[in-house]
Amino acid sequence: MAISFSLNGKSQSVDVSPDMPLLWVLRDTLNMTGTKFGCGMALCGACTVHINGEATRSCITPISSVAGKKVTTIEGLSADGSHPVQKAWMEEDVPQCGYCQSGQIMSAAALLSKKPNPSDADINDAMSGNICRCGTYQRIRKAIHRAASSMAGKAHSAA
Amino acid sequence: MATASVVNRREFLKTGAAGGAALVIGFHLSPDAFADQAEDQEKKTPNPFDAWVRITPNNRVTLVLGKSEMGQGVYTSLPMILAEELCVDWKQVHVEQAATNPKVYDLGTGGSGSVAGSWLPLRRAGAAAREMLIAAAAKKWEVGADTCKAKDGYVVHGHPERSFRYGELVESAAKLPIPNLNSVPLKNSNDFTVVGHDTHRFESRAKVTGTAKFGIDSRPPGLLVAVVARCPVFGGTLVSFDATKAKTVPGVRDVIPFETKGRGASTTGGVAVLADNSWAAMQGRNALEVKWDEGPAVKESSEELHKQFLANAAKGGKVLRNEGDADSALASAGAKKVEATYEFPFAAHACMEPMNCTVQIRPDGAEAWIPTQAPQWAQAVIAEAAKLPPEKVIVNTTLMGGGFGRRYQADFVMEAAQVAAKSAGKPVMVLWTREDDMQHGFYRPASYHKMQGALDANGNLAAWKHFQTSTSIAAKWSEKGMDDPGLGEFGSGATIPYVTPNLRLEYTHAEASVPRAWWRSVEHSSSGFVIESFIDELAAAVGQDPLAFRLKIIGNDRKIPMFQGEKEPPLDTARLKGVLTLAAEKAGWGKPLPKGQGRGIATFYSFNSYTAAVAEASIQNGAVKIHRLVYAVDCGRPINPDGVRAQIESAAIYGLSAALHDAITIKDGRVEQSNFNDYSMPRINETPLTEVHVVMSKEDPTGIGEPGLPVVTPAVCNAIFAATGKRLRRLPIRNEDLA
Repeated sequence: MAISFSLNGKSQSVDVSPDMPLLWVLRDTLNMTGTKFGCGMALCGACTVHINGEATRSCITPISSVAGKKVTTIEGLSADGSHPVQKAWMEEDVPQCGYCQSGQIMSAAALLSKKPNPSDADINDAMSGNICRCGTYQRIRKAIHRAASSMAGKAHSAA
Repeated sequence: MATASVVNRREFLKTGAAGGAALVIGFHLSPDAFADQAEDQEKKTPNPFDAWVRITPNNRVTLVLGKSEMGQGVYTSLPMILAEELCVDWKQVHVEQAATNPKVYDLGTGGSGSVAGSWLPLRRAGAAAREMLIAAAAKKWEVGADTCKAKDGYVVHGHPERSFRYGELVESAAKLPIPNLNSVPLKNSNDFTVVGHDTHRFESRAKVTGTAKFGIDSRPPGLLVAVVARCPVFGGTLVSFDATKAKTVPGVRDVIPFETKGRGASTTGGVAVLADNSWAAMQGRNALEVKWDEGPAVKESSEELHKQFLANAAKGGKVLRNEGDADSALASAGAKKVEATYEFPFAAHACMEPMNCTVQIRPDGAEAWIPTQAPQWAQAVIAEAAKLPPEKVIVNTTLMGGGFGRRYQADFVMEAAQVAAKSAGKPVMVLWTREDDMQHGFYRPASYHKMQGALDANGNLAAWKHFQTSTSIAAKWSEKGMDDPGLGEFGSGATIPYVTPNLRLEYTHAEASVPRAWWRSVEHSSSGFVIESFIDELAAAVGQDPLAFRLKIIGNDRKIPMFQGEKEPPLDTARLKGVLTLAAEKAGWGKPLPKGQGRGIATFYSFNSYTAAVAEASIQNGAVKIHRLVYAVDCGRPINPDGVRAQIESAAIYGLSAALHDAITIKDGRVEQSNFNDYSMPRINETPLTEVHVVMSKEDPTGIGEPGLPVVTPAVCNAIFAATGKRLRRLPIRNEDLA
């Protein structure tokens, strides 16, 4: 039976087994490979997407539970890599192998949407579900602070 | 902005060399960083399929790179070297991943050797292209070449200045002879504008937008995903299987048993479940009923291995190095004696991208998409399975979600090749789950070290004795197997920088069926910890400051030849003392710390680079808390200093994972851990503030991917000793050892 949801702002319908995790629907059914497989048990965060704005591990999220919801993946975070988190990631040269970074960025973007000026403790809380085997954590922290500053600057100039 | 497109061989031939004018310089990237480059150049015809510099009339500069990008930054640092000599903005340089060519020797990517090995060849290639462009311009202007110069992608001449863009010169430059690469003039390093300057990573944009393609993202049309059932016990074999239930899983297309053989195999094979998608393949594997013959390894355990270690230590080992008489010095009255043992478990690489390999085999040829550090080996493995000559196998090397040595192996390639060979021409991706990765790896060896030292009345090192027993890598890989002397298991730990008249090294191989191989920094991960912890114990035994003690017993400035490593450059004690002093100074060595915190220091020489680290640590809530790490590193001339810092930050966390968390333990012949719940990783909340101070050396560049690792754990454990008086001698650190 077809399951419909919103994917990166467009309506999407898939006809797959209802227990198939969203991760594999994205990667294999829809060929959107930006979201990564790391553990399959919500232990590493490589598969993080936003569901109705919440950072969610897509590897344990059955597609049936996504029906009618809004899903955003790394491909939909911005059209051109211009999201402040993506820009901060490039400016701080966060990625090394880069494999975990889609998930890191989605977790960070969700954090900043709720807490525009997060403390180090807030960053620890929001980001400790994401493993980076290259150990880029120090730069991730700096990049989140940088993105927060740039977003605050924009909000200020828009006001 | 440059993009990280990975162009395959066919597309490259179509759009590149075959189409129109292009200035192409073939050159050889030496696998040996310190081989005589001139001799190498003479012996080998520069081979265009190894690595090329290509300049086209549209001013595009392309480096076809034989090195793989696994996060270490070669897509950035290598083009920077080329851009420097070529006098172009490095962003004008594009990178294409070279396809494998079996006629060219290619060692792949490892040993922290890419920059060191490419430094001179890339400079020469860039300089040769520059000189040819200058010569072409001079000819057009009918002036002497020595009156022209290269600048930012132009050749310029005279006042007022006239110029040609490189693209305008390509056609005529391509007709000129390639200068002798051994004598082509290289830029004066004082004029460098690219090398030595912080540079953003080449492929960052692709990696922050989700568009970077890793091996796991390969999607050739008609792809089937295969998930494999393997015997959980090392060396176990397939008896029988029943695929009835597996074949009822929607999406499952086929179930294929296969064998893998040889030293490169991690298992004896298994049963592959092929499906339309990854999830169905995993469900299919779960539904598979398999009977295994677990074989003799089922009796093995970490507990049994520990007993083997103790028995080996009691017997003493084969003498690898013996100077003076360490045993007599240790037995002599009056000397202050220290003895300690250190122990390490197996460790897994745990690359974030699980192992995977995509292969399509047709009667007339094969193509593969592989995240591999060793594309040449992968090609050979596929050729064998496909019964094709290697040149009929195209290997597309993809970006890697971590390598760390794990992707130097071809076991997962063997599996994919075997399954693809039985899949009637369909492309197949063998995809490992995290559990497969934890339980079927090539692990950092488990080892046990007995250290004995003696100090004379003046606090000098009177004797040093290091006995090691381990599940050696050499016994797994070398032709001679057990005949290997064991020196490889010490690495640069066989050449201690500390002066002593009595030095003895002994080694005994310990038996295990657990596959072992090269884990980030390899034997230096254990040698660094053992030596730098034990030196700290010796300093404490005579009540000396750990920094002052090290500086004293390193002694005079001199170059120490590597023990039985004549090809390696010697250890320069001045550079070692340089990083020790720099790290200590930047860390504020000797200044007071908050109550409960201690400072520890360690230094090590590995991959021809010098590192030192100072850690500030305490015990909080019964666990190690690291407050700050300060590194100093001398890796010769840093190409991209920020890239150097990134590699050190990375190696520190990788080392800490094995210090604070990770152990692969064996019970009933199988790995007890399965995923990140029981093989846990440091996370952002455990990451200490890390400062990296890079020595702006003018020596030739040396390794940087691995040398940061060996010093972090001893620095932290020495800091814990300074804070609490507790010595930590087995890894990972257990809370009970802190109580």
